[in-house]
Amino acid sequence: MLKNRIIPCLDVKNGRVVKGINFIDLQDAGDPVEQAKIYSDGGADEICFLDITASNENRDTIYDVVKKTSKKCFVPLTVGGGVRSVDDINKLLNCGADKVSINTAAVQNSKVVVESSKKFGSQCIVVAIDAKKNDDKWEIFTHGGRNNTGIDAIEFSSKMESSGAGELLVTSMDRDGTQVGYDIELMSKISSKVNIPVIASGGVGNLDHLVDGIKLGNASAVLAASIFHYGKHSVKEAKEYLDSKGIPVRI
Amino acid sequence: MNVTIVDYNSGNISSVINSFKEVAKDKVNIEVTSDINKIKSSDKVVLPGQGSFKSCVDALNNINGLVDTLDEFAISNKKPLLGICVGLQMFADIGYEETETKGLGWISGKVSKIDNQNGKFKLPHIGWNEINIIKNSKIFNNIENKSHMYFVHSYEFVPEDKNVISATTDYSSNIVCSVEKENIFGTQFHPEKSDKIGLKIIDNFINL
Repeated sequence: MLKNRIIPCLDVKNGRVVKGINFIDLQDAGDPVEQAKIYSDGGADEICFLDITASNENRDTIYDVVKKTSKKCFVPLTVGGGVRSVDDINKLLNCGADKVSINTAAVQNSKVVVESSKKFGSQCIVVAIDAKKNDDKWEIFTHGGRNNTGIDAIEFSSKMESSGAGELLVTSMDRDGTQVGYDIELMSKISSKVNIPVIASGGVGNLDHLVDGIKLGNASAVLAASIFHYGKHSVKEAKEYLDSKGIPVRI
Repeated sequence: MNVTIVDYNSGNISSVINSFKEVAKDKVNIEVTSDINKIKSSDKVVLPGQGSFKSCVDALNNINGLVDTLDEFAISNKKPLLGICVGLQMFADIGYEETETKGLGWISGKVSKIDNQNGKFKLPHIGWNEINIIKNSKIFNNIENKSHMYFVHSYEFVPEDKNVISATTDYSSNIVCSVEKENIFGTQFHPEKSDKIGLKIIDNFINL
């Protein structure tokens, strides 16, 4: 039986972890390679890096991070943030990323998704959808949540599936950082609309939220950042909890 | 010993390279090349594959003499070869992804789309799934039955001779996820992305 995945996400800025695991025994708490290794040793099903480097001159730092991490972690590595072109995707894959997530570029020009999935295969193309509720619909935001495009998120998810995306990483902008749980309605609407796996993101504050994301939101995988970073829960605890709730996980 | 990972522009093979180098340490030399002379002289060959069946077969055919060299290596000389993902699928006679495409024809059978039972099962089949080991394959030495492996695929290999199947996995139906025919080995899952247990499979192949 296919297992639901737990994916810890690390924010990386200028090659350093911004929000990270708060372990005192870490030699270098800002080292993304070391943190990724802790997660993969702890049973993380995948690792996700979100590059939030703002300046263009420091953008190359992520390549070095990916290169080093992929030599030490032998679970899938997804990298996103600032991916603009087929060439960016190619570079990340060559450095050892297994999947690349595309956000703003996919909204601005769906050809990037079409071309990259043809060139590298759908298995490595994740489209990241940042959505915010507006009345009875969800609208897509780009540029790290700064720009409202007015595009309907549910329809867009379907378009991305037909463009060749292998997975959708759906983040609720309303919930992100709030720790009150995923936007279940958004997750389940998108999950029933498309036939590719949906990764739920944004808003996890406790382990029950992970359960809800899978059971109620029908997500194939759940992504979380802060509940793992600050030592509140380990990936292992999360898995044992999901298992106790009857959710199939890899233990 | 020389192990060659065939680099034929089949997409992203850095994880395969990293995992083999991790396992090999300094004991075994890992070559990454499409140079047919290097392939001929190596002891073992790894055939990765990402993207579609058609794109991988086309990429193999685009390198002059490569298919003949692999044929000679695996079929005439019976030296150990491991196919991963589409690398395994290409063992078949024929594949149906994008369009009907001839495979290497090393293990009779076809590669067709997984039946998603009218949307009941999401495709691609992505994530960790248990393998049911049904034959004592040499690459499963010290691998427990029901171990978890990482999968990413929408197509499955359906061999004619069921005796070549060494493991299956449950997704929609019983999917063939590993084969062994004499010196030819293949995994539908990605040992290079399946954590320590996957590295053990790579170790088993290197130590054949």
